[in-house]
Amino acid sequence: MNTEVIIAGVPLKNPVMTASGTFGSGMEYSEFVDLNRLGAVVTKGVANVPWPGNPTPRVAEVYGGMLNAIGLQNPGIDVFLERDIPFLKQYDTKVIVNVCGRTVEDYVEVAERLGEEAAVAMLEINVSCPNVKEGAIAFGQKADALFRITQEIKKYAKQPVIMKLSPNVTDITEMAKAAEAAGADALSLINTITGMKIDIHRKKFAIANRTGGMSGPAIKPIAVRMVYQAAQAVKIPIIGMGGIANGEDAVEFLLAGASAVSVGAMNFVNPYTTVEVVKGIEHYMEQYHVENVTDLIGAVS
Amino acid sequence: MKQKQTARVLSQREIAPDIYDMWIETSLASEAKPGQFLGVYPKDRSTLLPRPVSICEICGKTGADIAAAGAERGNGEPDVRDAAYPVGTDALRIVYRVAGAGTREFSAYRAGESIELLGPLGNGFPLFPMGTTEKGAGKKVFLMGGGIGIPPILELAKQLDGGKAEKQIILGYRDSALFLKEDFERYGTVYVAAEDGSVGTKGNVMDAIRENGLEADIIYACGPMPMLRAIKKYAAEHRIPAYISLEEHMACGVGACLGCVVKTKEIDHHSHVNNARICTDGPVFEAGEVEI
Repeated sequence: MNTEVIIAGVPLKNPVMTASGTFGSGMEYSEFVDLNRLGAVVTKGVANVPWPGNPTPRVAEVYGGMLNAIGLQNPGIDVFLERDIPFLKQYDTKVIVNVCGRTVEDYVEVAERLGEEAAVAMLEINVSCPNVKEGAIAFGQKADALFRITQEIKKYAKQPVIMKLSPNVTDITEMAKAAEAAGADALSLINTITGMKIDIHRKKFAIANRTGGMSGPAIKPIAVRMVYQAAQAVKIPIIGMGGIANGEDAVEFLLAGASAVSVGAMNFVNPYTTVEVVKGIEHYMEQYHVENVTDLIGAVS
Repeated sequence: MKQKQTARVLSQREIAPDIYDMWIETSLASEAKPGQFLGVYPKDRSTLLPRPVSICEICGKTGADIAAAGAERGNGEPDVRDAAYPVGTDALRIVYRVAGAGTREFSAYRAGESIELLGPLGNGFPLFPMGTTEKGAGKKVFLMGGGIGIPPILELAKQLDGGKAEKQIILGYRDSALFLKEDFERYGTVYVAAEDGSVGTKGNVMDAIRENGLEADIIYACGPMPMLRAIKKYAAEHRIPAYISLEEHMACGVGACLGCVVKTKEIDHHSHVNNARICTDGPVFEAGEVEI
């Protein structure tokens, strides 16, 4: 059985990754799972300087999922390079760094700094966080803006560039095509879906930011649909995510056209989810006599 | 080491309106410390996230713990523990308020049923404060709990050395529906405040301190935010340390999601901004370290 997939020339031992923001930089979950078992660890978003993030409450539970508005709190690229990269280097897994910024220059600065790091296999560009007011999402919701920032980052990035797309758009294929045309090496989707929850007893928003990004199993059908649509529209590989809880969910994304998958909110529900997804995919491959996991990609009919 | 596990409910009962008292048999007990908490997962998959619930009491099966339990019964006094206390078993006690769908589900669990736990989580209360090498040695201590902040103070009251520390336990309730008061009486002098004035001092825990003319060298506290703010102010005025346990909405419980932060006075060592994670850097903070 061969579970290897190749994304933008980078071989991953299996198609299972972590969704940015749900796994820190791997340290917190290394107590629960062997990071060597994962295809890649995708880090929490990192900016050129430390970001304090949003006021609390930052998270709320909703039916079958959750809302978050963390606001990309992060310690900045200096600390990240000193602390998080050396930690991740100890493991036999690929490191994908999620990059966030307020301006094009912010993104470029981080991409350039990471270019010197051999341990970083790919960059994932976060232009789709719904919880940051300046920049960020603006780049991810208009096709021409997405094209421009992708093109600019590609000029400076030494590693392959994954553009992480927002589902909060009218037509995901337009965004996917714009990123591809600008030179993106891969796409990841979906980021969270903007939602809202109101505490009726206190007559207050459940989240200080008022709106939050929804994730968890409740959004999976939307994510599968968008991955399918994007896969139909572009040739570059897609990393699919949105509510993946087990191997069966992951296979669904692969069949829809994803070349790899990420586990997000379900890490919070079951800290062992990532490794269980790896095992679940293997189990499915045994059950249906699938020789190469790549045979599953886009195999829905 | 933190782990998620399926444990077994040993007993459960309602000890005040909507306040439940559950003993759980779990190997996590051998590592748990006072002030730490558990993530308790509902089985209903529409409610996914673990509920942070403080550890109220720890029972161990090791010889030392059994000896300690025996010592508590010493002095020829009759054992005042009720039948639910699982002597000789690795077990944790949680006392929680039904606040929504998840805790409502937990409240229906009966002895023998399974329960999903993540833990032990958080840092816990420092037992050797201010350079002392013995648990609270030579100190006059306030142990303060307000409402559903009362439970995590119990194990702390148990573990501070009564021969060395003078334990003054101040408990604040809404009304006369007291809970855990008798458990606390085993470990120190208990003062009660009730908001409605039906029992003890009318008002809150600060009113009880004033009315009884109490003083302390160190404070440990858990309770609603207005109470913790008052304690922070009191501790600053009296120049004494106050270790307060905070709560916030959480997702992961293990420090990854950054959902449950509190503003800190200084730049935090981990986040490199003025935010600390309540789930892992806390829930217990020295009051002067946090902006609440």
